[in-house]
Amino acid sequence: MATVTLRNIHKSYGDNEVIKGVDLDIDDREFVVFVGPSGCGKSTLLRMIAGLEDITAGELLVDGERMNEVPPDKRGLAMVFQTYALYPHMSVAENMAFSLRLAGMSKAKRWERAKEVARTLQLEPLLDRKPKALSGGQRQRVAIGRALVRNPRVFLFDEPLSNLDAALRVQMRLELSSLHDSLQSTMIYVTHDQVEAMTLADKIVVLQGGVVEQVGSPLELYHHPNNLFVAGFIGSPKMNFLPVMTTGVQDSGTNVRLPGDAVVTVPVQPKMLMVGDRATLGIRPEHLRIDANNPTVMGEVLVVERLGGETYLYVKIAGGDTFIVQADGDSRAKVRDHVPIYIDGHLCHLFNADGLAVPQAERHHLTLSTPEVSQTQASHQTYAQHPQSSQTD
Amino acid sequence: MAASVVSRPQQKTTAPAGLLVAPAIIALVLWMVVPLAMAIWFACQRYNLLSPDNREFVGVQNFVYVLTDSSLWISIGITLMLVMSVLVITIGLGTLLAVLFNQEFAGRGVARVLAISPFFVMPTVSALIWKNMLMHPVNGLFAQVTRGLGLGAIDWFADLPLLAIIIIVSWQWLPFALLILLTSIQSLDTDQMEAARMDGANALALFRFVVLPHLSRAIAVVAMIETIFFLAIFAEIFVTTAGGPGLATTNLAYYIYLKALLEFDVGGASAGGLIAVVLANIIAIFLMRSVARNLDT
Ligand SMILES: Nc1ncnc2c1ncn2[C@@H]1O[C@H](COP(=O)(O)OP(=O)(O)OP(=O)(O)O)[C@@H](O)[C@H]1O
Ligand SMILES: [Mg+2]
Repeated sequence: MATVTLRNIHKSYGDNEVIKGVDLDIDDREFVVFVGPSGCGKSTLLRMIAGLEDITAGELLVDGERMNEVPPDKRGLAMVFQTYALYPHMSVAENMAFSLRLAGMSKAKRWERAKEVARTLQLEPLLDRKPKALSGGQRQRVAIGRALVRNPRVFLFDEPLSNLDAALRVQMRLELSSLHDSLQSTMIYVTHDQVEAMTLADKIVVLQGGVVEQVGSPLELYHHPNNLFVAGFIGSPKMNFLPVMTTGVQDSGTNVRLPGDAVVTVPVQPKMLMVGDRATLGIRPEHLRIDANNPTVMGEVLVVERLGGETYLYVKIAGGDTFIVQADGDSRAKVRDHVPIYIDGHLCHLFNADGLAVPQAERHHLTLSTPEVSQTQASHQTYAQHPQSSQTD
Repeated sequence: MAASVVSRPQQKTTAPAGLLVAPAIIALVLWMVVPLAMAIWFACQRYNLLSPDNREFVGVQNFVYVLTDSSLWISIGITLMLVMSVLVITIGLGTLLAVLFNQEFAGRGVARVLAISPFFVMPTVSALIWKNMLMHPVNGLFAQVTRGLGLGAIDWFADLPLLAIIIIVSWQWLPFALLILLTSIQSLDTDQMEAARMDGANALALFRFVVLPHLSRAIAVVAMIETIFFLAIFAEIFVTTAGGPGLATTNLAYYIYLKALLEFDVGGASAGGLIAVVLANIIAIFLMRSVARNLDT
């Protein structure tokens, strides 16, 4: 059992306020990921939870107990650092058993415990090595082992994989994920890697400038971003945005006019936008299609990025805006081609003049109940996701 | 030396390369060998400046004479004592101060400069300051303070001469140790400290398990450099106690000086000098070994 609760947490360095009131509830066994642009205060927030940084104002509770004044080692948390922070003069075993040694455990006992943890992390053959004789991935594992040994209530990770190469990062990501499954403990994880956040998290917390922009399951953030910032931050390549004008509001959706005079109907809740309101239309590159039968807008290809499996087209559409379109890996599009682009209103997002999302009429079927929607539940939900003509003249 | 330049056309390059390197090697050899040879030469002579004509080759007689001289052994003992105690004091206090000066506090920059400044004072000058202004039994600051407290005064150079010298030399060299150890402490990864804190280390455990191991290399380097200088302490003794009272503060360097310039016994002094070289070498080898071991772990 370990829940973490943040109540109106603030942090200031002198006059510089870097965390501006964060409220957050983290449930037992939840894997929570903090994401946000560099300097938004992710590490600071994590370090405040760890106890390495004083909390300027607000309250931190672990299992309902106030932790503000409790020293780091008494909070029952363990942290894995980006730089690993292993003790260079101690062997792997000594590194892992250091906290037990400080706690006064007998040598035989702590050796036993270090061995046990080493076994789960495949570190057994390395127990006698010094950290400098290990590869990056092995060091990372030792750092995780050092956290595991303490049997903490909550694990804290600060960008633990960012010093590893791409292949190793994928492998460690899978290992972390299975570790979470087997340990069933609460984990808080800081990253700026989209994929890590989307794949590992039960709950993502998007931060910007010391403020929480949105909290939700990965798919909630993907399908129902609260505002322009979250919409642009989650997803890669980033969501396309277009300034539009509201031209009609019906119960079934809101009509908006694109700069090139095309009109798209977006099924958002009515009465949130009035005819004549300015708004922003957002659509993800993977939701745009090259479709000669049903073109919403025409565009000129500026750049073609071929990744093999898919192709990204940077397309300039009427009105001067640039779209990124994710096309097939074997798309034949070339630079300076004119391509027809089909915009499906059901896959679009609308944001009002303040940058806040206009709620969609229907929730995405994967985001309906709790984050852990079971397979059977999900299959009963039938929402039209296939392209429909939403084009009006 | 030149052979390592290229592998195949060695025959051709060896001669000119050797020629080009020769001046440096010759200079180096002269630099080292000539004084050593002269010292050995004089050490084998009966050569007293009071009767310069009475000069002859006597073989190892000077060595026998010096080695059987009990004052040589006393001076070696005093040298070792001086070196060891100053090493312990400067490194011990230096480590503590380095930890202290690494903390954030108001006026840290100024405090650091002040702490390091004794190192810039010449040994003779600092010895004079200590002798006349601090440790003087009548005018000295210490005597005035203790007398003011009704405790009487200590005549440092008469009653505790070796301790007085140790204090003076420590005062001079503490800044050196502090400087090196402080830079080393500043290179300590803060994440490591924080990881240790999360592992439950209090201040003492942090020092013992994280800071001290990190400092071990720097400490070894400080010990080595200081030893080399402490084996040859002279000015402080010359200015304050002149090796006395009796032989209480006569270290090896001062013993040689006494032999050569007070007894005018060039032969004996040279023999003493060679013994000092051997001693310094033994200590240097011992130190180098331990430092080298420290440096590669
Ligand atoms: N000791 C400090 N004194 C003053 N300002 C600080 C201090 N530590 C961090 N900050 C500021 O607080 C803000 C948040 O820093 P933080 O390290 O939490 O960012 P981050 O989200 O972890 O960024 P990154 O992704 O680059 O690691 C930054 O603007 C930073 O300049
Ligand atoms: Mg950070």
